[in-house]
Amino acid sequence: MAYADRAALTPDAAAPRAQVRVPCTHCGLAVPAGLVAPGAARQFCCTGCRTAYDILHEHGLDQYYRLGARRAEAVTPTGRTYEEFDHDAFRALYVRARGDGLAQVDLYLEGVHCASCVWLVERVPLLLPGVAAAELEIRRSLARVIWDPTAVPLSRVARMLDSLGYPPHPFRGVQRDAIRRREDRAMLARIGVAGAIAGNIMLAAFALYAGWLGGMEHEWQLFFRWVSLVLVTPALFSPGRVFFAGAWAALRARTLHMDVPIALGLAVGYVQGAVNTVRDAGPIYFDGLALLIFLLLVGRYLQQRGQRAAADGAELLYSLTPSTARVAGDDGRVRELPAEALLPGMTLDVRPGETLAADGVVTRGRSQLDAALLTGESHPVTVDEGAAVYAGTVNLSSPLRVRVEQAGESSRVAKILRQVDESARRRAPVVETANRMAAWFVAAVLLLAAVTLALWEIRDPARAVDNAISLLIVTCPCALALSTPLAVSMAIGRAARAGIFIKGGDVVETLARPGLLLLDKTGTITEGRTALVQWSGDDGVRPLVLALEADSTHPIAAGFRAAWPEVAPARAETTVHVVGGGVRGRVDGHDVVVGSPRFVRAQLPPPAAAPALPEPEARLTPVLVAVDGRVVAAAGFGDPVRAGAADAVCALRERGWSVRVLSGDAPAVVRDVARALAIPEADAAGSASPEDKLRAVEQARNGRPVVMVGDGVNDAAAMAAASVGVGVHGGAEACLATADVYLTEPGLAPLVRLVGGAERTMRVIRRNLVFSLLYNLAGAGLAMTGAINPLVAALMMPASSLTVVISSWQARTFGRSAQ
Amino acid sequence: MSVLYIVVPLALLVVGAAVAAFVWAADRGQFDDLDTPAVRMLHDDEERNPPTDAPPPHDYPE
Repeated sequence: MAYADRAALTPDAAAPRAQVRVPCTHCGLAVPAGLVAPGAARQFCCTGCRTAYDILHEHGLDQYYRLGARRAEAVTPTGRTYEEFDHDAFRALYVRARGDGLAQVDLYLEGVHCASCVWLVERVPLLLPGVAAAELEIRRSLARVIWDPTAVPLSRVARMLDSLGYPPHPFRGVQRDAIRRREDRAMLARIGVAGAIAGNIMLAAFALYAGWLGGMEHEWQLFFRWVSLVLVTPALFSPGRVFFAGAWAALRARTLHMDVPIALGLAVGYVQGAVNTVRDAGPIYFDGLALLIFLLLVGRYLQQRGQRAAADGAELLYSLTPSTARVAGDDGRVRELPAEALLPGMTLDVRPGETLAADGVVTRGRSQLDAALLTGESHPVTVDEGAAVYAGTVNLSSPLRVRVEQAGESSRVAKILRQVDESARRRAPVVETANRMAAWFVAAVLLLAAVTLALWEIRDPARAVDNAISLLIVTCPCALALSTPLAVSMAIGRAARAGIFIKGGDVVETLARPGLLLLDKTGTITEGRTALVQWSGDDGVRPLVLALEADSTHPIAAGFRAAWPEVAPARAETTVHVVGGGVRGRVDGHDVVVGSPRFVRAQLPPPAAAPALPEPEARLTPVLVAVDGRVVAAAGFGDPVRAGAADAVCALRERGWSVRVLSGDAPAVVRDVARALAIPEADAAGSASPEDKLRAVEQARNGRPVVMVGDGVNDAAAMAAASVGVGVHGGAEACLATADVYLTEPGLAPLVRLVGGAERTMRVIRRNLVFSLLYNLAGAGLAMTGAINPLVAALMMPASSLTVVISSWQARTFGRSAQ
Repeated sequence: MSVLYIVVPLALLVVGAAVAAFVWAADRGQFDDLDTPAVRMLHDDEERNPPTDAPPPHDYPE
């Protein structure tokens, strides 16, 4: 056996596996066996960590290494120049000039995880003179940098952040962010005012109740009633105005919204209370009204915050889309330009590993492109001179020159995104259960009030008006209005902690009813990457293979590297990459060839010995390894189905969902995957273009909810058209922006949790609605019989709200514990 | 008891001042980011050690 002693020839393969773990001085991760410097005090797992350490050490910031919890992640700088950060177009878009001669920019940083990141980023002013301040908002990974543009260019700041392990991107949502910030602050101010007023009215009310039970001079009663009136007036007209505005808008649109009964209750209660105060008789309802306004505002704030968190997440990811392209000028010089500044006719220089920033035609070079983002096709596409290429595809193997045909708004990606926008707008808004009920509720209350008025008119005309009004007040739907937002906002908050970001409350209601579930294949059911699925042959050649594949961005190379992280590569003396074929070279004195069977056999001497190795399965991409003229190993590459996907599909079926696969990949591959998930072949469609997917969703929508799960731009239009679009981990930014739900964990298991959580949330909502309706029924009964008095009314209002709050709080909707 | 006629309006004035302060703080963005300050305050108490005069042990990209 020529290869029996191969292991002995390659020292790393022969070395014992169990090595002493050496931690990296900077990030604390294990230093790979090959990089341990014997006897050195400081060990680094990569050059990125070494550079970061040097920067900190040189500037006397060794204190970083004494922080309690440090970021345990190797520093992998992109090494980009960030030249475009100094460009005029960039400045016009993202940089704001401040009055004091300084400039300010919001940057989204990758890789921000913990407290040590705040420490490090905020010390950039110490590392770079000219930077006045850097502030990091940890929840959104947003850094606000204030610097002196005359002293230091922004690109240098960006390079510094990059070498510390935080590649910066311009934050593309500054304007929307400013609007939201204003809204949030106004909301908070309203809650503050309403809360302070409610608290102080309570004090006056307690004095009155105490006096009511224990006796109180009439003078003081009058005084406290007037104090309450003075207090409640600003609460009604300042923070409470939102309910009147909402009710007015609903009435003008000829619908009955929850704001209508609230506004009615507030208005009637206030007027009657004020009249009673002036004429010095009968109940005032001011304490209940003030508390109602406060609680309702808190409910709305909670709901808004949960939705914000999810929307923020998608927007930040959107900031990651390529912001630059390298343009080759007529003089042969290559400059980096912001993607916004690209024009048709320009020539782009696209290196391997880069994403195309515009549509165009290849003018020079031959390479393979990964178009999975756009088409869902999992195999790379080979392109030649004259081939049309699209923005959003990734160049895999060798440099290309591309003449820009369509850029920005007219590129294919942008068109798909516009389609997404349109489908989202066409989608009929889901009317939430509580709002649907509100219409019936208002009608019932008004009817009951009329009946009360009529009956008491016969029995005791003096009390008729009083009793009808107390009915209107006591049935003010505080708990009813609180129940849905509270339950939904708590569920959204808990879901976010479990890695499920939900952008709207209506999503929870839609998902609680089983319907049709359409699954994308690439990246959703499968891992979306080329991985080594089969390997047969001599394990001793693994260091040799890795040596040849060490620097390649080709997915096969990445697949080899990902499959054998524990194997230290040998040293390659020469390497030659052949586009569309493979790679050959000399490693440790051996001639090694790795590539497609045709390519490898063509390299071998004529009596090519037929390898006695099992052929990889037909759906896999075969790769052969030959050493010194003999084929020694065969590998099969494919896109593996995620672990647990079959269980998840089974669990969803048990809950009553019908599951179908909708993919842009070749039908044979899709059928294969469907078989692995036990989905009938009839329910697995392949070769579906983005437009086909959209059509499939629109056809499937007749009454029942359609849920589209996907990860690519090719799914985005279908996701927007579906009742609920779910974006999965690692998906394209555009797709995440349109998704109603974003799952941060890969795989289909979170989908099962999402559906289960939605069902449980709906049960809580129904329970809350029943509670509040019972309260209102009891209150209405008491008011109609004329048995109501101010104390009972005052107790019933907060008690009903409190029941709903407790019921929502203790409910286990989302979370890992609830299954 | 007639002191209430002075004390209650006075209390309401204090409440008004507190509410005004809160609204002012909210408008100035004091409550925009509630997560980072909690982390930041843990770091601020130590000075940095004196910068080393020795040249950096390795080259690094500028």
